[in-house]
Amino acid sequence: MAVGVKVVNRPGSLAQQAYLPAIAEGLGVTFRHFVKNFFGNVSGMRKKTDIVTIEYPEETKKYPPRNRGLHRLMLRDDGQVRCVACMMCPTVCPAHCITIVPEEAPDGRIEKRPKIFEIDELRCVVCGLCAEACPCDAIRMDTLDHAKPTTRRADGILDKEELMSRGTTSTAVQGGVGAFWREKVEGVPQTPPAGDVFPAGPPTGPVPVTREPGKGT
Amino acid sequence: MDYGSLGFQALAAIIKIAFMILGFLMPLASILTWMERRQSSMMQDRLGPNRANIPLPWKINGKQANWRMWGITHFMADALKFLFKEDYVPSKAHKFLFMWAPIMAMAPALIVAAIIPFGPPLCWGELLQKGAACNQPVPLQIARLDIGLLFYFAIASLSVYGATLAGWASHNKWSMMGGLRASSQMMSYEVTMGMAVLGSFLVFGTLEPGAIADAQTHILSLGSYHTSWGIFTQPLGFILFLTAAIAETKRTPFDIPEGEPEIIGYFVEYSGLRFGMFFLGEFLEIVTSSAIMITLFFGGWHWGTWLDNTLQAHLPNVFFVVVMFALWTMKVFAFCAFQLLIRWSLPRFRSDQLMRLGWQRLLPISIANVVATALIILWAQA
Repeated sequence: MAVGVKVVNRPGSLAQQAYLPAIAEGLGVTFRHFVKNFFGNVSGMRKKTDIVTIEYPEETKKYPPRNRGLHRLMLRDDGQVRCVACMMCPTVCPAHCITIVPEEAPDGRIEKRPKIFEIDELRCVVCGLCAEACPCDAIRMDTLDHAKPTTRRADGILDKEELMSRGTTSTAVQGGVGAFWREKVEGVPQTPPAGDVFPAGPPTGPVPVTREPGKGT
Repeated sequence: MDYGSLGFQALAAIIKIAFMILGFLMPLASILTWMERRQSSMMQDRLGPNRANIPLPWKINGKQANWRMWGITHFMADALKFLFKEDYVPSKAHKFLFMWAPIMAMAPALIVAAIIPFGPPLCWGELLQKGAACNQPVPLQIARLDIGLLFYFAIASLSVYGATLAGWASHNKWSMMGGLRASSQMMSYEVTMGMAVLGSFLVFGTLEPGAIADAQTHILSLGSYHTSWGIFTQPLGFILFLTAAIAETKRTPFDIPEGEPEIIGYFVEYSGLRFGMFFLGEFLEIVTSSAIMITLFFGGWHWGTWLDNTLQAHLPNVFFVVVMFALWTMKVFAFCAFQLLIRWSLPRFRSDQLMRLGWQRLLPISIANVVATALIILWAQA
């Protein structure tokens, strides 16, 4: 005997075998949902219904606060870019989407700053390693936004100004106060730059951050 | 024009046919194609298609105004899409039958509408007169056939040819299997359907749908049982007929011929407007089977003696007819919605389960129903 036949007995009451009570129960469930959703929707009380649809162009779903999204470059207290062009993020980036061309910082307090800072959002795999690698809290991915679709590939590359436009000051200790307190380094001005943002001399602790109302941290 | 003349009757019949097809069947079936999607989504906590709209030539708050109506115009968009799709014919298909099969599937559903009574008689000549008296009643039923429901079974069983021929002519094994399944299923359930209605014939003593509808003047009358709605005299017959009718429309839980997960169905090779005809034919069958069930089990256009008589006494005849037609349409619409509810609530049968249900359960029960009805009527008359 090649094929065995296993007879499955399905005992059940007459009500079960007649299907009708179960059918009535099932219809009741779907009908209740229909009535609730239909009348809630017609009377404009969408909140009271069970409908989970998000009508996309008019409504958007908010990303959760830990979401990794579009990059931004954070700012120093004086509005300059926080990045010191240490090349950590392009090194760690698995997608090679970050391009940094460093240049010497003119004011002498910082050795380097990025002359060009570009992120190709089309190549970015949104892994978040760049933000994790950054030693001075200069690059973040917490904009709760995603890369916008573009019609040209070049438009997917964000430059420094674009990235800084979403930037804010950070509560992290602001490093890179400058070389003026070190031994004399050739070619670097030895006097602190004018201005009351930075005290002369070595940093004594966290620099008090002046926040403007309406801006985040 | 003289009412009794052949010319008047022919003209009236043509007007009634045009009204039933263009004013009732087609619009309702088209809206059902949208309603099915919208209703099912509401049942499943979704919103469903609500986007299609007709742009209006002005602006509101700087935005283009549009006529959206909860997306009801989706059925127009669907029809337009069908019109512009490629009309694909497989190279080895039987061209003639392939082209005729959709028509043969859709036409029976339209023809069946001929025997459906859809309103009280219109008093030609005394359109504005109140009350029941009427000299020249024009029955709102395209054809008053004495064979009545036999005509319905004869024509409805023709629609199986559409499905079977479509399956065969496509030269595709999946559609072939779909066609075979369609023919076996529809033949099996027609037996049950006929048996289920036999009980109603015994109760009303006639086959003519108009006379059956007119007999059900009371919603529920305990004294003279045959004047109450058929659902109360033939509850089992109603359930059997409903089951068989859903099986006839080939929709879930009896969608064996289509069976999207296994064989796509007898119309797998069809596209464009020809597929649209199968699609619309399915919904036309829902409408007509609903109307037949209303006629047999829910009193046709009657809403009980009190409402009927009150409206008839206080409204001019033409308005009375319009109101009763609207109320009848509501009945049919509710029944269509109920069929959609069933389609989106129940899981489907397997092919062998379907056959077992049809031949081993429904058919014996329907025969028992006929015998029991006959015995009760005999007892009541004695």
